[in-house]
Amino acid sequence: MVSVSDVPGAQGLNKGQLRELYYKMFLARSVGERERMLNRMGKGPFAVTGEGHEAAQVGTAYAMTPGKDWALTYYRDIGVALTLGMTPQDLLLAHLARAESIESGGRNMPSHFSSVDLRIVSGSAPVATQVPHAVGIALASKMRGLDEVAVAYFGDGAASVGVVHESMNLAGVHKLAVIFVCENNQYAISVPASKQAAITDLSIRAQGYGFPGVTVDGNDVLTVYSAAKEAVKRARAGDGPTFIEAKTYRLVPHTSDDDDRRYRSREEVEEWEKNGPLVRFRTWLEGNGVASKGEIDEIEATATAEIDAATEYAEAAPTPDPATAMRHVFVEEE
Amino acid sequence: MAEKTMVEAIRDALSEEMRRDERVFVLGEDVGGGGVFRATDGLRDEFGEERCMDTPLAEAAIVGAAIGASINGLLPVAEIQFADFIHPAFDQIVSEAARLHYRSNGAWSCPITVRTPYGAGIHGGPYHSQSIEAFYAHVPGLKVICVASPYDAKGLLKSAIRDPNPVVFLEHKKAYRLFREEVPDDDYTIPIGAAETKREGLDMTLVTYGLMTRYSLEAAEEVQGDGGVSVEVIDLRTVSPWDKEHVLESVRKTGKALIVYEDNISGGFGAEVAATIAEDAFEFLDGPVTRIASPDVPLAPYSGILEEHILPNAEKIAAGIRKLAAF
Repeated sequence: MVSVSDVPGAQGLNKGQLRELYYKMFLARSVGERERMLNRMGKGPFAVTGEGHEAAQVGTAYAMTPGKDWALTYYRDIGVALTLGMTPQDLLLAHLARAESIESGGRNMPSHFSSVDLRIVSGSAPVATQVPHAVGIALASKMRGLDEVAVAYFGDGAASVGVVHESMNLAGVHKLAVIFVCENNQYAISVPASKQAAITDLSIRAQGYGFPGVTVDGNDVLTVYSAAKEAVKRARAGDGPTFIEAKTYRLVPHTSDDDDRRYRSREEVEEWEKNGPLVRFRTWLEGNGVASKGEIDEIEATATAEIDAATEYAEAAPTPDPATAMRHVFVEEE
Repeated sequence: MAEKTMVEAIRDALSEEMRRDERVFVLGEDVGGGGVFRATDGLRDEFGEERCMDTPLAEAAIVGAAIGASINGLLPVAEIQFADFIHPAFDQIVSEAARLHYRSNGAWSCPITVRTPYGAGIHGGPYHSQSIEAFYAHVPGLKVICVASPYDAKGLLKSAIRDPNPVVFLEHKKAYRLFREEVPDDDYTIPIGAAETKREGLDMTLVTYGLMTRYSLEAAEEVQGDGGVSVEVIDLRTVSPWDKEHVLESVRKTGKALIVYEDNISGGFGAEVAATIAEDAFEFLDGPVTRIASPDVPLAPYSGILEEHILPNAEKIAAGIRKLAAF
């Protein structure tokens, strides 16, 4: 029997790891779908999800060391959060604004991921504001002599924001251990990539900051993982930042308050769906003998059961006590 | 104990805190060479260029990187060269630093200090003169300090650096070298949020902060001499959170309140003080709560003649005191 690591394109991952990648991708897809469903049922007031981004998110996060490396996510990064160790239950508690949500206890919108233990830093909603935080975290790592890596995630719309330039420039000057991951899904809400930038590959901007930039097929999880692994290796070795642009496609509206039929055709969405990251990886897994159809069905059933249990738990969990609304404006000193 | 200028006192606070705690570091534009006001002079020589770090000219990244460094265990002191140039970092301060702790239900915190010279009176024109305290005092989660004296500057800057919350630390640039006063060489701190009565009086409470404290004290001396009006002058020192009880206690005693600030009058921080006095000490008042501040023009015109016309000074404050005293 052929060892899986001998399979061309497996990027050195073993069978268990490859199946785990698929599991995380399917989990991310399904949590997104579940949140949008709960929103339509009137249970969660808002949903922002990332169906279609699974390869870009899971592939990059899988190259990180959870709890050691830092993730500065944005509101689409369900796959990043789940890969680093947040659970569907964490995300659904946040979606339903429950008191015990580790993201925010019902203070922040859902999909504003946060876990101190996993070093997923609480995020905000203005785009790109988290990017300089990755640079500052990496600066502190360097000053403290630690080999941690900070990964800043943002979208193609956020790539236009000035602070991204400021951040990349500063990271380049000090050769900091930062990885800039742009999940380019080709739309900033309704504005297409052609109106966002005059260049096709945003990664060429890295040249201007003195570090490498790569544009990868963001719907191919193993290609994404390979680029991220290389970037992590460079960063840990002290060789500085990398800009990874993962070209992908958002298969769902921007948020539960958006109707994407206003700005793109159903045919376009269906075309991307046919070649979406889950379909492609599943085909690859089956084709290379990593998992049979039955085994993949089993992985999916396990994920679905986990989400069902998480939904049930989150729905039953208590809502925040209004008496706590005034707490934590400032650090409460002992 | 030596007599020091405010800029020397600030330099002492920075170097003492950097010696005391290796997590403290300074970053900003030109800070390595000592900064345009020389507030960081000598720090690079003593602590090296990493802990006194020259940054690219990019305010949002300066504050954003400071936030990140604070998340990863350091205590950054970011310098924004002039308060007028802090606006590109507004998003970082307001959306991020101020909200991180609350939005994460207390899980994350952001112990940064953002120092910046503010205020007019030095022919700085519209872009080296602004008062920005009201923008930030409006935002829950931030502490905002305004200093204009050497002793207060050192003690409050030390408190700001040690505070576990984000602090906007505003240094009145005209006060950097305006006068000297005795500043202890030893370590001392002044609590954030504590006002100080700089002059006791019976007839009127004058609430102020920043450089206007000095002018208000001059005016209070003048009116005491010529008309016998006894004015109590309170320097808030911290505008957020501000020392309401200290002010209210004085107003309950004097029955009159005059609020003096350099910023534009409309929506300036003094408006908040006035509203609080009107709400919480109404039955003690025997005159209208009154404000003296700059009119609503961009601060400040470059021409000395125009600038002097606009800004409050001791003479204008004295006139305001007399008017309110006669009520």
